[in-house]
Amino acid sequence: MNNMQATSVQSAPNLATDSFVCDAPNNQQKTENWTANLKYLVVGLAFGVVFVKAEIISWFRIQEMFRLDSFHMYGVIGSAVVVGLLSVQLIKRFTIKTLRGEPVVIPPKTFNKGQVYGGFIFGLGWAITGACPGPLFAQIGSGYGVVLVTLLSAVAGTWLYGYFRERLPH
Amino acid sequence: MTFLDFIRQPWPWYVAGPIIGLTVPTLLLIGNKSFGISSSLRHICAACLPANLPFFNYNWKKEAWNLFFVAGVLIGGFLATYFLENPADFELAPATEQALRAFGIRDFSGLMPADLFATANLFTLKGLVFFVLGGLLVGFGTRYAGGCTSGHAIMGLSNLQWPSLVATICFMAGGFTMTHLLLPFIFKLF
Repeated sequence: MNNMQATSVQSAPNLATDSFVCDAPNNQQKTENWTANLKYLVVGLAFGVVFVKAEIISWFRIQEMFRLDSFHMYGVIGSAVVVGLLSVQLIKRFTIKTLRGEPVVIPPKTFNKGQVYGGFIFGLGWAITGACPGPLFAQIGSGYGVVLVTLLSAVAGTWLYGYFRERLPH
Repeated sequence: MTFLDFIRQPWPWYVAGPIIGLTVPTLLLIGNKSFGISSSLRHICAACLPANLPFFNYNWKKEAWNLFFVAGVLIGGFLATYFLENPADFELAPATEQALRAFGIRDFSGLMPADLFATANLFTLKGLVFFVLGGLLVGFGTRYAGGCTSGHAIMGLSNLQWPSLVATICFMAGGFTMTHLLLPFIFKLF
């Protein structure tokens, strides 16, 4: 079932009329109640603490990165990828199951031109706001109230993409 | 130095990066969830204003874990800032500070430049560019690209997905373009 879903993701990702395609999907077969979702809140909480303590939420750190004046952000993202890569390979190699005993499902990413155009557009915004979507939430939690406007604008941007999707090159 | 003093210092990349990387297997193993944050913005649209757009008509409640995750990020940001605050001054690379001073940035005391991210700027041209335009580009771009730094650069590359490598290169290209070609003009507007 999950494999079928992953295959359909691969075959035709670009039509909005397709069955739901999410980029950070929930592939668990068993449904979870709302309290079970609290464990994701705890993981997010740890994530938010790291974002602040490693100063990843800092507009200045993002400027340093794009000005090639500091290795910090490259080190963060690079070592995160290495650890993520090793973990995913271990999960695949030893077919490690989830806590509920299900096989781990990772849908493939399919190429479309959106990754080029959209990626570039996001990059422009990243250097202005000094934040990708994750740090936006951590900035608000850190007391930078004005970032709420940035977040609402990002929601509006997402909505505009949904509105114009059919007319955009993919 | 107590333990609390120790963790109050800024964390180096070799501590933060691996913890972030461990989010990938943690989410996969506790609930078969693929790591990605920008999807939360889509779920907010689907929950609040689907407007009969096919892109927002899906069972967002099944993906509600993502909203819990970002709520956690917000709370974690709060806890780290108010209970684990770094007592020392914020340190910035001198070359970056010099370049930003030339743009008119004067306050280098916090994680965010007070010259830009202040409530007083909300209804000014600065606010329009740095909050509204910036936010629109982030939201539109990440959804168009099908993911952000977490979904593509970390989750996608961890799974050796070449489209994610393309996306990551384009994120960086956009950032370099804005920083070096466009921001010098934007800062002249103020």
